[in-house]
This record gives sequence, structure tokens and C-alpha cells, in this order.
Amino acid sequence: MWHLITAPILLPFLTALIIMLPPVHYSPMRRRWVSMISSAIQLVLAVCLLLQVQQQGLIHYAVGDWQAPFGIILVADTLSVVMVCLTSFLALGAICYGSAGEDEKGSFFHPLFQFQVMGINGAFLTGDLFNLFVFFEVLLIASYALLIHAGGKNKTKAAVHYVVLNLTGSAIFLFSLAVMYGTLGTLNIADMAVKVAALPAEDLMLVKAGGLMLMIVFALKAAVLPLQFWLPATYASASAPVAALFAVMTKIGVYALLRVYSTIFGENAGPLAGMASDWLLPAGLATIALGAVGALASQDFRKLVANLVLVSVGTLVSLVALQTELSAAAALYYTVHSTLVTAALFLIADLIANQRGKAGDRLVSGRRVSQPILLGFIFMIGALTVAGLPPFSGFVGKLMILQSAVEPVTRILLWSLILLSSLMVIVALSRAGSILFWRVSGTEPGGEKAPGLQIFAVIWLLLASPLLAVFAGPLTALSQQAAAQLYDTATSTNIILGRQSVQEIKP
Amino acid sequence: METLFACCIGFLTACGVFLMLRGRTFPVVLGLTMLSYAVNLFIFSSGRLTLRGAAVLGTSEQYADPLPQALVLTAIVIGFAMTAFLVILAIRARADLGNDHVDGKLPESEMSKKESR
Repeated sequence: MWHLITAPILLPFLTALIIMLPPVHYSPMRRRWVSMISSAIQLVLAVCLLLQVQQQGLIHYAVGDWQAPFGIILVADTLSVVMVCLTSFLALGAICYGSAGEDEKGSFFHPLFQFQVMGINGAFLTGDLFNLFVFFEVLLIASYALLIHAGGKNKTKAAVHYVVLNLTGSAIFLFSLAVMYGTLGTLNIADMAVKVAALPAEDLMLVKAGGLMLMIVFALKAAVLPLQFWLPATYASASAPVAALFAVMTKIGVYALLRVYSTIFGENAGPLAGMASDWLLPAGLATIALGAVGALASQDFRKLVANLVLVSVGTLVSLVALQTELSAAAALYYTVHSTLVTAALFLIADLIANQRGKAGDRLVSGRRVSQPILLGFIFMIGALTVAGLPPFSGFVGKLMILQSAVEPVTRILLWSLILLSSLMVIVALSRAGSILFWRVSGTEPGGEKAPGLQIFAVIWLLLASPLLAVFAGPLTALSQQAAAQLYDTATSTNIILGRQSVQEIKP
Repeated sequence: METLFACCIGFLTACGVFLMLRGRTFPVVLGLTMLSYAVNLFIFSSGRLTLRGAAVLGTSEQYADPLPQALVLTAIVIGFAMTAFLVILAIRARADLGNDHVDGKLPESEMSKKESR
């Protein structure tokens, strides 16, 4: 059981290799089944890991038995394991959707998908900043290839921007890591927290520069305002299951921001404590506004959903900037809710586009969809959830967010922006829904009915929303516990560094 | 030595940033390559610059920090793979979109120049 923490990284990796090897590789059905079964096992293992973390508290695993500040370690606390569970849940839905035929439009869909899941899980579980960079690159190179899966002009164009931006981001990431290593002498997150707390005054500005460069990188991954221009085009042009998986990619940026600025530059960091908040709060709030305006202005449904991703990222980044336990708990609940519902909406957009013939997902009058009742119903549930109307999970999430803003100024800003953006999202979605379903020309439906597997995948992702609302009590308790564990940096560093101070074990 | 090293990194970074802001894919690829060279040198210097320092304990009076060397190696490998991917993507974009501009279409000023020729 001690090695369970490596399973979310090793299992997708091995699955990807197995899918590429001859007995499985030759038949599309085998590839699909191996990929789906492996994802289901990953979900079970992730839930087992969550139970283990619940029982034992924070778990750390020294890879190759090289102990903490020197070797690479994996760390599982409640926050990271909940994110791993979320990724596995989402990946299972997306793979089921892709297995209905989307995967055969290009080669190596399933291996690339598994590699990306491996990178995402690794980024959540690692306890070392350089290892975080490596896992970022693993998930990025898989995402580059997945983005241009099935080809096409729009995809290539979006991929050029996406790849160049992310390579620049990686270069800045390395610059900041080198600055941090040069001044702090370590890249282990827990050890860095200890070193930053006892930082000599002459190194202060260097570490601050490094820390803020790190913020730029994570803000680029999360798509916060001045760095968000890549997101709508990229997400709208990716094929549906890939876009659904990408819904969790922005959240990795948010997770990294939360991890770095609450652990390394948290309360104990002296003059560097909370240094990113001044930048992140206005940027996050502006992202909410921009996403809401973008949702209103979108000409097609996929762009609209991509702008909803921006709204959720803006909300989450503002919460990270507040730097309290309440806001971190709200952020965790809202992450789970918003990731699943935006992923479901990307899939719904694809279902609608397939059934409307030439009009696709553009918001113009087109042919009737062939399953109006089913699609209309799941569209309505998705729209109600993402807009934050009761009785679905969006309402609970928004409520937690509104409660977590305590200071008067942030309360005025956050309340007004979140409530206004909700209104704008409702307007945008009702406009989109009435055009897609009611403004029809001709009587015969546009396309074939959706395969059962695709409907199952959408319902699988949408099912989470009422469940998150029904079990809101235990889940908010879980997110509050995760937030408490995240901010209890003293305990976690003691556990990870094995209580000995670093000077004693140095040779 | 420190001054020379710093100037070298600065010059590479400046060239990389300038080339990355160009409008065609090939200069952008070159710019990213230069930037990754600058990054690699920069990481190397984070372990302090030492002459004739050994990386293995017990073999010398003076030691070099081995960790940045390992980090550089990882960064080089990743940067190399990414550059290779970007080159292929740029070639594909040239084929799919019909030109090598990063936005997939030539700006109007260049279009009119082309037509007048």
C-alpha cells in the first residue's frame, strides 16, 4: 500500500506503452477497451489513495529511497489527491466519449491521452519544483499532439500559438527555478519553505524576482488576464474529448499558484509573505469580467464554453489571492465543480454540432437536432450548473466563494463581479440555447443520432453536478480539511523533511 | 569570467526575445532555441562558477555543485524535443495554411506589397 501513491503516475504510463505494443495496437476496439478499463482502474486507485490520505494524513514517498531535501519526493495531501481523483474521473468520461469514433480520426489518440493524464497526475503529486517542470513538459508535449489530433487548418493555427507560448513559458519557468536554486540551494517545496523563512536580507530581491517569474508561468498556464489570449482559440478548435481534458489543464496552473504561494511564500515567509496577492487579485477579477463579456460576444458555442473556462479561472485565481483557509476550501470545491461542468459542456457542444449539419456549433439558425429532448435536457442541466443556479453544484460553489470574502473591499469587488458575471453567463447561455434549439430552418433533422457511449460520457460528467450538491456537506468538510492541511505548513514540512533539520544530515 | 558569462546570457536572451517577436515561424523557432541556450547557461551558473571543480566527493579540494549539471541535462533534452516538435509543426503550418506567418495569414501591408510586385 505504501507504493500506492506512484500508481496515478505509473499506471497511465504503462497503459500508454501497452496500447502502442503489437497485440493491442492492431485493433481499434482493443485500444479503446484497454484505455477505458485502465482509466476506470485509475479512478478506483485514486479513490483508494484519497482514503489512505484521510486515514494517515499527509503521505510522502521518496523516489528511489533518496531522502527528502536531496531526492525527488512525491507528496499526497488531501488537496493533491482530490485533484488526482478529479482528473481520473474526467479522463474516464473523455476517453469514453473519444472511443465512440473520435479517436480514429488521427493516430495515437489513446497513448497520447494516457501520457497527458500521467503528466497531470504527476504535476499534482510531486513535491519538487523541478519535477513539477518535468511533469508540465510531459503533459504539454502530449497536449500539443492531442491538440492537432484529426488535423485541420484551425487546429494547426491554434497549435502554433499554443506551442510557442508554452515554450516561452517553460523558458521563464527554468529562469525562475535557476534563480531560486541559486539563492535557496534547494528545489524541494517543503525545504524551500524552510529556507525562505530564514532568508538573508541581501537575497530577498532575487528570490522575489524568481517567485514572481514563477507567478507569470503559472498565470500563463492558468490563462489569467494579460496571458489568456491563447485560450479561447485553442479550446474551441481542439476536438471534443481533448477539449474536455484541457478543462483540467488551466486548473493545474491554479493548483501550482495555490501550492507555491501558500507553502513557499506563505505566512512564514517574512517580508515575502503574500507577495503575489497584489498582482493576482486584480488580474483574477479582470479575467472574470473579460470571460463574461467574451461569453456574451461569442459567435459559436464552443468559444462560449471556452470563455466560461476563463470565468472559472478568474474566480479561482481571485480566491487564491485571498490566501485564507476559507477561500482555499471554496477554491477546491469550485475547481471540482467547474472542471467537470465545462468539460461536459465541451462534449455537449460537439454533440449539438454533429447533429446540426452545416451550421455546426455556430450561433445561427440551422437544421433541427435529431434528439432535441435529450440534448435540450442535458444542455439545460449543464447551463444551470455552470451559471450557478440552484439546485445544482454551481450554486453551492458560488455560495462558498461569496462567504469566503471577508474583508470589505474584496467583498464588494468579488460579490459584484461574480454576481454580475453570473447574470451575463445566464444571458449568454439562454441566447445560445434558444438559437441552437429553437431557431430552426426546415423540418428534417441535420445529422445522425449520437452513439450511446457519447451520451453515457456526457451524463457521467453531468451526474457529478447533482451529486456534488447532494453530498455538499461531506465535500465541503473535505475541502476545508484540505485547506487546513495546506496552510499547516509547519506540520507538513516536519513530516516531509523527517523532523531533522537540514544542517544535521548534510555530509 | 562572471562578467563574460553574464554578458553572454544577456546577449543570447536579447537575441532570442527579438527573434521571437518576429512575424514568421522560422525566426520564432530560432528565437526560442536561443532563449533555451540562454536558459541552459543560466541554470548552469546557479551552482556558482567554479574552475576545475570535481563533482564527486573525495577526489578534489574544490567541488562543483552537481545538481545544476543534472538540471541542465534535463532542460537540454526537453528543450531539444520541444524544438524538434515545433519545427515539424511549423512545416505543417506552412503546408496547411499556405504561408509561414505565425497568425496563418499575411498582414494586409505585406499582401498589398506582394500584389504590386
